[in-house]
Amino acid sequence: MSSSLSKRLFAGLAAASLGLAVTACGGGSDEATNATCDDDGNCTVTVGILHSLTGTMAISEKTLVDTEKMAIAEINAAGGVEVDGKNYTIETIVEDGASTWPTFAEKSKKLIDQDKVPVVFGGWTSASRKEMLPVYESKNAFLFYPIQYEGQECSNNIFYTGATPNQQSEPATKFMYEKSPAAGKDFFLVGSDYVFPRTSNTITKAQVEQLGGKVVGEDYLPLGNTEVAPIIAKIKKALPDGGVIINTLNGDQNVAFFKQIQDAGITPANGYYVMSYSIAEEEISTIGSEFLEGHYGAWNYMMSIDTPASKKFAADFKATYGADRMVADPQESAYNMVYLWKAAVEKANSFEDDKVREALIGIEFDAPQGPVKVMPNHHLSQTVRIGQITKDGQFAILEETDGPVSPQAWNQIHPDSTGYACDWTDSSKGGKYKL
Amino acid sequence: MQLLFESLFNGVAIGSVLLMAALGLAIVFGLMGVINLAHGELIMLGAYTTYVVQLIFKLPALQPLYNCYVLVAIPLAFVVSGVVGILLERTVIRRLYGSPLETLLATWGVSLILQQFVRSVPMAYAAGLILALVSGFGLPLLLPSGWFAGARARLIRLGSWAFSAFLGVCLAGGLASQIDRIARADARNVDVTAPQWMRGGLEMAGMTFPVPRLVIIVMTVMAVVGVSWFLNRSVWGMRIRAVTQNRSMSDCLGIPTETVDVLTFGIGSGLAGVAGVAVSLLGSVGPNVGGSYIVGCFMVVVLGGVGNLYGTVLASFAIGVLTDLIGAGRLLSVWPDMPSPLASAVEFFATTSMAQVMVFALIVVFLQFRPAGLFPQKGRMVEA
Repeated sequence: MSSSLSKRLFAGLAAASLGLAVTACGGGSDEATNATCDDDGNCTVTVGILHSLTGTMAISEKTLVDTEKMAIAEINAAGGVEVDGKNYTIETIVEDGASTWPTFAEKSKKLIDQDKVPVVFGGWTSASRKEMLPVYESKNAFLFYPIQYEGQECSNNIFYTGATPNQQSEPATKFMYEKSPAAGKDFFLVGSDYVFPRTSNTITKAQVEQLGGKVVGEDYLPLGNTEVAPIIAKIKKALPDGGVIINTLNGDQNVAFFKQIQDAGITPANGYYVMSYSIAEEEISTIGSEFLEGHYGAWNYMMSIDTPASKKFAADFKATYGADRMVADPQESAYNMVYLWKAAVEKANSFEDDKVREALIGIEFDAPQGPVKVMPNHHLSQTVRIGQITKDGQFAILEETDGPVSPQAWNQIHPDSTGYACDWTDSSKGGKYKL
Repeated sequence: MQLLFESLFNGVAIGSVLLMAALGLAIVFGLMGVINLAHGELIMLGAYTTYVVQLIFKLPALQPLYNCYVLVAIPLAFVVSGVVGILLERTVIRRLYGSPLETLLATWGVSLILQQFVRSVPMAYAAGLILALVSGFGLPLLLPSGWFAGARARLIRLGSWAFSAFLGVCLAGGLASQIDRIARADARNVDVTAPQWMRGGLEMAGMTFPVPRLVIIVMTVMAVVGVSWFLNRSVWGMRIRAVTQNRSMSDCLGIPTETVDVLTFGIGSGLAGVAGVAVSLLGSVGPNVGGSYIVGCFMVVVLGGVGNLYGTVLASFAIGVLTDLIGAGRLLSVWPDMPSPLASAVEFFATTSMAQVMVFALIVVFLQFRPAGLFPQKGRMVEA
């Protein structure tokens, strides 16, 4: 009984794997995308959107889905994407990454092989991007990734529209050391225990040293742990007379941190200033501005930017999704990437991956934050802004760079990557070459 | 001296959060032997209760009493988590007594259900549902028992549940119409803001004592005193202990064991709710908040010796003091010129994540020598 069962099982498995092998071979030779026109001349193209709609990341990632859909609706209302003289209406397939990183790879395969989408907009956590990267590289498909991240990566198949460390943490550190009320004082680094804070803090430590300052301590809180009492004790010991705290904590841990440092007297009034890299307008409203007032943040886009483009972006989003909704830096990145892809498709006059990828380099776009440009290393040049959190939960912008800052995929301060760069326009250089 | 005192305070502060969270589990797991992985979610329900109570006290009519909302939240959180716990016991756990593995899986499933519940159900309706449950379970106890015995018992029972459902719908509708923020489902983390008198720090002898921590320490002391009085002095406490020690003998002597099970589980779950009030003062309230505490709870109960309340108390303070001692690198400040290899080792462990590793390693080593924890159960356990 059991032997016949196992034989049948084996036969089934063998048939299944054969089937898989056949589809895998078949998939490679097919280059067409799903762009089609019907007899009446109505053309459509379907793009993939891949974010977590369920699980812990859903709260954050759903806002990106909303923003991407808004950008697509705007493009469609303005006539869609024009290729070969035909106007294509953009349709979307939204897949759920479910906050589990392998699911992102699985759904990417589905979008590329089965739905034949010409592009996927997706991801939030670095972990999900690392899972997706090999899929896009092996299938030569391409992905837009909208989140500010730790850098140290440069794939030919990914376009990164969020900030690299030199477009966020480096100007922020410089500001804190030179111009903040705690200028010249010692630094303490606090982060969640995973790749982004560790990489970011390695860069910050090296940079503070270059500037002539001193990092007197650092601590990492394991993800899911909210007991910050020992960290507070260390901060008070290391910075007895105030100083700068660089904060890369994640999600809920920020709430515990900011609530408790205030109770412990670590406040701007006592000379302690926190610079956070993961706190945008949305997070401010969750934590409560009464705990954050007077502390700092650094982003490319802030809702308080006083330009018509920025105001229109915020107003359009509120008009589409409700007056209580907010826009923040990750959403602006997500919005930009849809427009950048559209511009590149029209420039290439094709939906084909290789042509669009080539066309993307050098594309400029008047984003809500100001002009952005796709650079040869597949990242964007962007303006960097430093803001102080106000009582009403917004950033008062204190400083912004004169025009966009060029991105460094390989950080020039991090000891592992100084002297390296990335350039996909030159086949002899590629993803990581020595300058 | 000041350093010693500060370290001790920090240790006690960390320990009392652990203890508050683990106290309910010490009863459910320690006395009943139920591995309840949904304990963290019962804490979460308590935290959400605090949030809803806070919003209710922001209504104009109750605004003057806003400063006391925490005092209302504590008993309410006890009731809410207790009722959900009783429902859990009646529907799931009762059928699985004696099969710990199945209990473990089933309660884990329940924890996922509860997490998704708070993500997808508006708080106003959840509150209505819980009121309906409280009244549905409670009415038979309040009304004369004769009503539930006669020929019309079924009709009256039906009537009492219908009345409860009506109450629940009224509360849900009322809350939803008055408070906008809980009328829609919201998966985002929410914030509980402590009233002004519970924020900030007390300056004393050159040190700052954060007030929320002091409040939690007081709450913990009161909870421990209350529970130990209940278990050791009250009639029902004695019955609970009797059932723990020998279920069939207690049954023979006329102790209603099923009622004791419900009561024990309800109290354990209710304490988790009170812990929820405490943790909401420290961090944010979200669907995943339970996950941050569940491991610590089991760790404390196992280390203390399953079934021993004082073991749990001692274990939480031991872990609290150790976490602070290692995590904040206190040894270095006590003995600044220790030999450099030792100093760098101390420094290496002086981060929160490494301190956690070290504390776990120490617990593993400790359990090698005393597998049953600090205070092992002595004597015969008839039902092991």
